[in-house]
Amino acid sequence: MEVFDTIIQISDSAVRLAIPLLLACLAGLFSERGGIFDIGLEGKMLAAAFLSAGVAAATGNVWLGLFAGIAVSVVLALIHGVASITFRGDQLISGVAINFLAAGLTVVIGQAWFGLGGRTPALPGDGRFSNLEWPVADALKDVPVLGPVYSELISGHTFLVYVALLIVPLSWYVLFRTRFGLRLRAVGENPGAVDTAGISVVKLRYSAVIICGVLCGLAGAYLSTGLAAGFVKDMSAGRGFIALAALIFAKWRPVQALMACLLFGLLEAIANRYQSIEIGALEIPVQFMQALPYILTVVILAGFIGKAIPPKAGGEPYVKER
Amino acid sequence: MQSSVNEERQATAAPATSASLPPAIELKGISKAFGPVQANKDITISVAKGAIHGIVGENGAGKSTLMSILYGFYKADEGEIRIDGKLTPIPDSQAAIRAGIGMVHQHFKLVENFTVLENVVLGAEDGQRLTPSLSKARKSLTQLAKEYELDVDPDALIHDLSVGHQQRVEILKALYRKAEILILDEPTGVLTPAEADHLFRILRNLKNEGKTILLITHKLREIMDVTDSVSVMRRGEMKGTIPTSSTSPEDLAERMVGRKVLLQVDKTAAQPKENILDIQNLEVIDSAGVRRLKGIDLNIRAGEILGIAGVSGNGQSELMEVLGGYRKGTGSVKLNGQELDLTGKHSDGQSRRHRGIAHVPEDRHREGLILEFAAWENTAFGYHNEPEYNGKILMDNATIRKTCAEHMEQFDVRPPNPALHARNFSGGNQQKIVLAREISRNPDLLLIGQPTRGVDVGAIEFIHQQIIELRDQGKAILLVSVELEEILSLSDRIAVMFDGQIMGERHPETTNEKELGLLMAGMNTATSGGTA
Repeated sequence: MEVFDTIIQISDSAVRLAIPLLLACLAGLFSERGGIFDIGLEGKMLAAAFLSAGVAAATGNVWLGLFAGIAVSVVLALIHGVASITFRGDQLISGVAINFLAAGLTVVIGQAWFGLGGRTPALPGDGRFSNLEWPVADALKDVPVLGPVYSELISGHTFLVYVALLIVPLSWYVLFRTRFGLRLRAVGENPGAVDTAGISVVKLRYSAVIICGVLCGLAGAYLSTGLAAGFVKDMSAGRGFIALAALIFAKWRPVQALMACLLFGLLEAIANRYQSIEIGALEIPVQFMQALPYILTVVILAGFIGKAIPPKAGGEPYVKER
Repeated sequence: MQSSVNEERQATAAPATSASLPPAIELKGISKAFGPVQANKDITISVAKGAIHGIVGENGAGKSTLMSILYGFYKADEGEIRIDGKLTPIPDSQAAIRAGIGMVHQHFKLVENFTVLENVVLGAEDGQRLTPSLSKARKSLTQLAKEYELDVDPDALIHDLSVGHQQRVEILKALYRKAEILILDEPTGVLTPAEADHLFRILRNLKNEGKTILLITHKLREIMDVTDSVSVMRRGEMKGTIPTSSTSPEDLAERMVGRKVLLQVDKTAAQPKENILDIQNLEVIDSAGVRRLKGIDLNIRAGEILGIAGVSGNGQSELMEVLGGYRKGTGSVKLNGQELDLTGKHSDGQSRRHRGIAHVPEDRHREGLILEFAAWENTAFGYHNEPEYNGKILMDNATIRKTCAEHMEQFDVRPPNPALHARNFSGGNQQKIVLAREISRNPDLLLIGQPTRGVDVGAIEFIHQQIIELRDQGKAILLVSVELEEILSLSDRIAVMFDGQIMGERHPETTNEKELGLLMAGMNTATSGGTA
């Protein structure tokens, strides 16, 4: 029974930790399916985390914080869009710039506003998302097996967790069952085909970038107002990059993105729970456990998952042929 | 502009049109400039409804620009467009589609990992949800396939289809959008002769249904075969429209270039001497494990041109790459009786050049030149380690520049400016730069791939003459080309490749395009034909 409880607890924590990855991964998915590579997921997430926590701390209202987070993320996404769509710049450079911008500005502005060395104050109850208890969760708690699964694993997460999980099937539907999805996928593969079909490549790519901004905003807001209660310096901790690895792992497909992110979440949860593991005489050090998600990232990016073919026109600005 | 509508309609009625019907397309005074380059100058043209109308011109004559304006891809600086007699501004492709214009681009505008159905529907969906659009398109596709011999599996992915089928998808796309006017830009460049015949059958069917077809091509024979009338463009200007029945290929070529052009290559019979190249059982397996060459046996003698015919992708490129030294292979290749190293450390381009093999690659943009480098720098590539280009420590740039200037003079490269980036030369002049570099070293064997791809008529003549001249100097020449006409007119012997094998050898005097076309499609006719 104790083992079972542990499994439930680790799974529960894996879900929580997977959510920011998932939101960022889906953000990247929309952007890259539309042909705009975005390594600025990290920066957008960080900026959104900061502003969500900042606004929530100042107003005491988590919803205002959420909207502020989404807004700043969309603004950064649009900067990336202007650089890479309108001015046909290098998408990597613009993404890197956004990452630096966010890393620096969050700390500087945070210090100026709150004077806590770049942190925001710890958020009070209304300043963060509380856990939603599902009906009769408490009553079912003691039912064997199903009880804990329902009351701990399924029930008791924040609003944003359920939103993120709902976005997965929604993304699938939008991408593969709607006109917008068809056009978006086409513009990432061959913008020339879209252009000659009389559809605006620029508008499509901007909508991809804006969707990416909104989702990154959700991811960031979740970090500082759902997963934690306040912003600390560099709190995104490379999650934007792990999300990119998960995106490749998932081969740019929403449901697979969920699986990939859950795997990364699970590794992080295990590393958090077990500081060190002893297998016989062999002791696996804590640093190794903490490095696991990153090791998996390297393995994935080195191409051990078979051939992952990115959208063909990704990373290239569209110029009409002469 | 609008007050004069009626006058103009009368003034520009096409000669071929019956008085009652307005022309399907009427362009008037179209001009378009890209920066300082005037791509179209005051173009006026009118095409009768239900006609197949050809547009010919050299590369850069402005044909594609004109068609892109008609399709709304570019906006004309000046001029007006009338469709069926009605003034129709076409600011974007959507407007062109609404006006009933469809276009099949030279480079297909298809999404490779989409199905045929998805490609057809893209941009012509009926609503936000995809499923109803797709099932409607499926029905309509079956109908169109029956009507026009346009059979394609609607659920096939584009990258699994042959080029010929991909082209059909492009035509289907246009027809699905109810196009009454179909523009085809160089449609036969990538097709086998049989596929091209099929295409022309489709075009005739479309014509019989009353559709108007604009055919852009540089192949004069096609113009003579399928068009009713033809317009000639030169340097952005319209040089006149003539009924096809009253012109000839020679006449058209002269109008295109502005001077007399020899279409037939002028050559004497070959005087082949000793064997230069001897290939036995050459095999190539690519990185994906696919056998690209399946036991090639060939020989070339001094003073002869061996032409390799075939649809591209049947192993010709791999053959050139092995011989040129940048792909590994197995088997035996002897040059002047001595084995070439096919796998070891002497299997690279530089060793090959030292052995006397010069190589004009098939894709001059990727392998023949570095487009962002100056012409003089390109002159040294492949020979950059040669002593005369190098001082003790630094390269001797002055000598390279001088050599480049000499090449440019000999080969009539225009503009003769060694400092200009390779990108800024026209296709023909780029090819001349490569050719000059490769043959200036007096090689024993010249490998030359697609020598006139993207090269204008005037330069084709010059390049062909150069190749014949080399042959007459006693060089062995291996010519790979997808242009059957070129193979037939230049080669002394023709080997046809299909699926990594030599399907047979023929002599140009005793064979014809039909027989070669069958061999290219993998059917061995086994007629005597003149096997070597």
